[in-house]
Amino acid sequence: MKRNSALSVQQQYVRRQKIRHRLIILFRVVSLFAFLGIWEWTSRTDVINAFIFSSPSEIGRCILDMAKDQTLFRHVGITLGETLLSFTLSIVIGVLAAVLLWISKSAAKIIEPYLVVLNSLPKSALAPLLIVWLGANVRTIVVVGVSLAVFGTILNLYTGFQEVDAEQIKLIYTLGGKKRHVLSKVIVPSTVPMLVSIMKVNIGLSLVGVVIGEFLAADEGLGYLIIYGSQVFQLRLVMTGIIVLCMIALLLYQVIAVLEKRISR
Amino acid sequence: MEAFLCPSLVQFQEVNFAYHSMDGETPVLSNISFSVREGEFLSMVGPSGCGKSTILSLIAGLLEPETGSIFFPKQEKTGVQANIGYMLQRDHLFEWRSVLRNVTLGLEIRKQKTKENVRKAEVLLEKYGLEKFMDAKPSQLSGGMRQRAALIRTLALNPELLLLDEPFSALDYQTRLSVGDDIGTIIRKEKKTAVLVTHDLAEAISLGTRVLVMSKRPTHILCDLPLDFDPEMTPLEKRNTGQFQQYFQQIWKELKRDET
Repeated sequence: MKRNSALSVQQQYVRRQKIRHRLIILFRVVSLFAFLGIWEWTSRTDVINAFIFSSPSEIGRCILDMAKDQTLFRHVGITLGETLLSFTLSIVIGVLAAVLLWISKSAAKIIEPYLVVLNSLPKSALAPLLIVWLGANVRTIVVVGVSLAVFGTILNLYTGFQEVDAEQIKLIYTLGGKKRHVLSKVIVPSTVPMLVSIMKVNIGLSLVGVVIGEFLAADEGLGYLIIYGSQVFQLRLVMTGIIVLCMIALLLYQVIAVLEKRISR
Repeated sequence: MEAFLCPSLVQFQEVNFAYHSMDGETPVLSNISFSVREGEFLSMVGPSGCGKSTILSLIAGLLEPETGSIFFPKQEKTGVQANIGYMLQRDHLFEWRSVLRNVTLGLEIRKQKTKENVRKAEVLLEKYGLEKFMDAKPSQLSGGMRQRAALIRTLALNPELLLLDEPFSALDYQTRLSVGDDIGTIIRKEKKTAVLVTHDLAEAISLGTRVLVMSKRPTHILCDLPLDFDPEMTPLEKRNTGQFQQYFQQIWKELKRDET
């Protein structure tokens, strides 16, 4: 075995991996276009009902029309704003509550079953109640978004806090620290990666909550657009809403992923 | 013999301690009395699970004795605040901090992170071969370097008394020997009083100037053995002497007798 051949094995390996990576991306793109192509073709040739299923070209036209008269941006802006607000609130409230529970173990023990119930309760069941209490407005929508994400955040973070190595906590005490140092020097920094993965989940949950809220209590936003479209049987509006939601979900997830990369560096 | 003339830093008087759980009471220490004298390196050796670490936590003030008392003749305050440095089994260097910021963690907590004190910590890092790693992440250090960094984190607070809780047990044998040597030398150079807890007889003898042999639980002191080595010898050199073998045999017998 010559050394050169060992090098070229490594090079071959790298090349194979690169090719594989490119193929995966290629197939992702191809499958998307194939799906869109079949959808377009079948709806034009009446294999599927174009009225119910709409078609990519019609959705594209709808998006362009709505972009021209600015309504699209208004709906997107409303939904995005509500989502970011309820996401932020769910994280802030979640972190604060988890810290309070960590400070008082007894409080945590007392509250735990309630949290578990609230966490597994389908929050959409609360929405009609919230409309009565808070009115059919943005407040209700944001609260639905928060309620969907906040209980899981508290439970997960609190569990994460407790899983911090007891010896690391002892270290702080041996250095003369108090409970607040344990919190600020160990507990919080060591749960940052967990917080980021909770953020990833919460951004999606907030979006779900906001759309549910908009179904019930809005006259703008993508949730409203979808419900309105289905009520007036304009399925292209519904489809447009869904497609735009997909893009928003992807965008928001990517933002958090970038944040995660920056933190782990 | 000189050590007997030195004032003691810590005195245990008939200290008893037990752990409590719903399953019952586990007595850990029974009537422990001893003192740590200034300038000595006291090794406590005993079987795993005896209350050695508990003794350190009691000295550090992390636990309170059930009965009996602990005096600090030289100090008014007690506990960790009383300038006691505590080195744990594992280094627990935080990955989200650089080595230097790990080392100055204690200063940060005690609000003593002055330029002067940070400089002192830097000097210690330089002195003990970590100057190139000040801004590195702990994961870039070898096991031995991590342990040295952990010791410097303790020394940065300039403690009068150092408590070492099996600080080498997480290392592989070879590293363990050389780190033991390093740390023993550092402690002697910095002129600190130290209490080392270990279940490794050889470690206890090679590092200590006096050995307390502890029984199994509930722990009492089996014997108090002053060691008479040439103070200039390093721990590794001590391991090769005849005296070392004698002490080893003596302690071994005590521990064996306790087992039966």
